[in-house]
Amino acid sequence: MIVERRDPRHVISLILENESGALSRVSGLFSARGYNIESLTVAPTNDPTVSRMTIVTRGSDEVVTQITKQLNKLVDVIKLVNLTEGGHIERELLLVKLRSLENKNEDTKKLVEEFNARFLDTVNSDKTYIIELTGSGAKLDDFLDRVDETLVVEAVRTGASGIGKGSHTFVY
Amino acid sequence: MDPTTAFTESLTGAAMVPKCLADEGVKFVFGYPGGAVLPIYDEIQKQSAVKHILVRHEQAAVHAADAYARSTNHVGVALVTSGPGVTNAVTGIATAYMDSVPMVIISGQVPTHAIGQDAFQEVDAVGITRPCVKHNFLVKNVDDISITIKKAFHIASTGRPGPVLVDIPKDITTINGKYFYPKTVAIRSYDTVVKNDVSDEIIDKIVSSLLRAKRPMIYTGGGVIFSEASQELAELVRALGYPCTNTLMGLGGYPGTDPLFLGMLGMHGTYEANMAMQECDVLFAVGARFDDRVIGNPKHFYRESRKIIHLDIDPSSISKRVTVDLPVVGDVKTTLRKIIEKLGKMKTLHKESGAIDDWWIQIEKWRGRKCLSYDQTSDIIKPQMVIEKLYELTCHQKEVFVTSDVGQHQMWAAQFYKFDQPRRWINSGGLGTMGVGLPYGLGVQLAHPDATVLCVTGEASIQMCIQELSTAKQYNLPIKIINLNNRYMGMVRQWQEFFHENRYAESYMEALPDFVKLAESYGHVGIKIDRPADIEGALKDALARKDELVFLDFITDQTENVYPMVPGGKGLSEMILV
Repeated sequence: MIVERRDPRHVISLILENESGALSRVSGLFSARGYNIESLTVAPTNDPTVSRMTIVTRGSDEVVTQITKQLNKLVDVIKLVNLTEGGHIERELLLVKLRSLENKNEDTKKLVEEFNARFLDTVNSDKTYIIELTGSGAKLDDFLDRVDETLVVEAVRTGASGIGKGSHTFVY
Repeated sequence: MDPTTAFTESLTGAAMVPKCLADEGVKFVFGYPGGAVLPIYDEIQKQSAVKHILVRHEQAAVHAADAYARSTNHVGVALVTSGPGVTNAVTGIATAYMDSVPMVIISGQVPTHAIGQDAFQEVDAVGITRPCVKHNFLVKNVDDISITIKKAFHIASTGRPGPVLVDIPKDITTINGKYFYPKTVAIRSYDTVVKNDVSDEIIDKIVSSLLRAKRPMIYTGGGVIFSEASQELAELVRALGYPCTNTLMGLGGYPGTDPLFLGMLGMHGTYEANMAMQECDVLFAVGARFDDRVIGNPKHFYRESRKIIHLDIDPSSISKRVTVDLPVVGDVKTTLRKIIEKLGKMKTLHKESGAIDDWWIQIEKWRGRKCLSYDQTSDIIKPQMVIEKLYELTCHQKEVFVTSDVGQHQMWAAQFYKFDQPRRWINSGGLGTMGVGLPYGLGVQLAHPDATVLCVTGEASIQMCIQELSTAKQYNLPIKIINLNNRYMGMVRQWQEFFHENRYAESYMEALPDFVKLAESYGHVGIKIDRPADIEGALKDALARKDELVFLDFITDQTENVYPMVPGGKGLSEMILV
C-alpha cells in the first residue's frame, strides 16, 4: 500500500484483551497488509484485563475502512472506534534533553513558558537538562521547530493517546 | 453447586487432549509424534474414541485434516510436535487459512521453563503461525487446556471459518489439572455474525435490484460451500432464471450440468462466464471475494458500470478489491433463504416477462464460441481428454470426490469435471499449494470410506508429498491417482511460453522416477498409459480395483496449454483463446 503524504490522518482507538501477543497481532496486521503506522501507544487502563491502544495512521478512506475491518476481525480486539470521525482530544508527551549554553538559556526559558512545558531537572554537571511537554502532535512539532536545533541532545515522543469528546463514551 | 465444578475431574494435561477431542465429537486426528508431544501420544494410544492417522510428514497431516474438513463440514484436527513439527505444518495451515477451512492444530511446545532459551526443537509457534491462522493460543496453565481447546473449535467453525492453533508446552501435559469440557463458550472479543442478521429492508433492496436487472449475473464462491447453501443457491438461480458462475473454490455450489451454469470464471474461466461478468448490469456476488485470479485487473472491471450486491459473512471481504453498491454482511444460507421467500411473494419475475431474453441470446453466442475445445484426434494424449473420460466414467456414481494439486491439471479438472454437488471438489485455491492432492485424498477417503476418491495431479506436484503413498498403504485408502505427466511444470512452462519468450528456465522435470515402479514399491498398483486409445481402458481398470490404490501415469502432450487465459494484470474480457 503506497501511502501518500496527502492521505488523511486517522486516529484509531482500540480496546483489546490484555494478553501477551495481542500487540503483535495488531502490529503484525499493519506490516502484513502494508498499512502505515505513524504511532502506536498501548497500556492497561482502569480495568487490568484490557488494554487501550491508540493508533495513528494515514490512508485513503478505502484503506482506513479496510484497516478498521481487519482490526475488528482480530479475536483479541474487543472494540474499536475511529476517533477522527468525531470530536476528540489527542495528547502526546515529549521529553527533550538540551545542552545548556549561557547565552541561549533565556530563549529556552521563554519558549518553555510559552508552550506550558516544564523543566524536569536543573542543569547538571554534564551541562544538560530535560524538558517535558504535553500536547497535540502538532504542538510538539512546533516546539521542536522553534527550539534551537544545535541544543537538542536527544528527544523522545510517546505517540498520541486519544479520547473522544462529549457523551460518546468508548467502553466495552 | 457451581455447575462448572460439578463435572470436573482431575486428569493430566496430556490425557485432557484426546478427551477434549472426543467430547468435541472428533473422529480422526492426523499427526506425527515427537518429543514435546510424547505424553499426549501416550494418552492417544490408551483410548479409542479418536483415531490417530500417522502421516509421513507434518505438512500432509494438516492437508489431510483440511480435506477432511472441506469434504465433511466438520472441523479437521492435526497434532504435531514442537519446532520442525510446527514449521512443517505451516504450509498446510496457510493453505487452510487462505481457503477459510475450519481446523484445529495442536502443537507441542518445549517445557514452559525452557521457552525462550533456544531449547532443542523450540520455535515460537504462536509467532510463526500468527499471520496464517484465524487465531492461536499458547496454553500456560493445565487448568486452561480444555477451555482453550473449546475456544479453538468455536473460533475455527463460526463466522468465516479458519484454522486455529493451540500450542501446549510439554510440562503442563505431565501434571494434573481440572478437566471440564464446556458445551458452549463465550468470548467477549469475538462476535460472529448472527444467522438472521440481514434486515428485511436490505432483503427488499437486494430483491428490487435483482429484478431491475436487464443483464444480471450471479457469481458465487466458497462461502456457498462452507455455509451449506447450495440448495438455496439453486432455488434462487432457478427462480430468477439468471446465469450463474462459480469460482474455483465455489465449484459444486451450483450444479455444473445445469444450463443456467456458465462454468467457472476467472483467469482460466470460460469465455461466457468472463464476458457475462464484464458486461452484466447487476452482479450478485455471494460468498466470494473478487480476488485477482477471479476478476483480473479491477481497473478494467470498472470500465463497464454495473450495480454490485455483495453478500459475505466477512465484512473485510466486502469492498476490498472492488467497491460495491450494496454491501450485505450475513450468513449466505439464511440470507439466500430470505431472498427466496421474498421472491416467492412477487407476482412476475424476469424469466416470464422476457426482460432478460436478449441477455440470454448474447450469452448463448458467447457459449457458442466453445472456448474449451481441444484437438480430439491427436496421437498424443491430451490431458483434457483424460479428465473428460474420467468424468464420463464416474459421473453416475453416487459418491465421487476429486482432489487436485496445483497447476494446469487443476485447471483442466476444474473446467472439464462437472461438479453437481458441493464439497466434492477439494483443492488449494487461495495459496495454490503444490503437493496437496495426495494428502487431500487421504483425508477425503477416511471421511468417506465407500466413496471413489480421484486425485488429479501432475508429475511435479505429486512429488511434493509423494511420501504419503506410504500412509495410504497403511490405512488401505484406495485413492485413484490420475497423474497428467507432461514432464514439465506445466503452468510454469505455459507462463514461460506466453510471457518469457519460450525460455523454459528450470521448468523441465528431469530425472523423473518410474511412477509405476514407485507405486509398486509402496505396495500399490501402477499403470503407465501413453496412447489416447488406452485412456478409457486404464481408467476402467483402475476404477474396478475398489480396494487398491492405483497410480495412473498418463504421458500427455507437453505443449498443451490451458485456455482461455486472462493474463495477469489484464481484464476479464482480454482472454487468450485457443
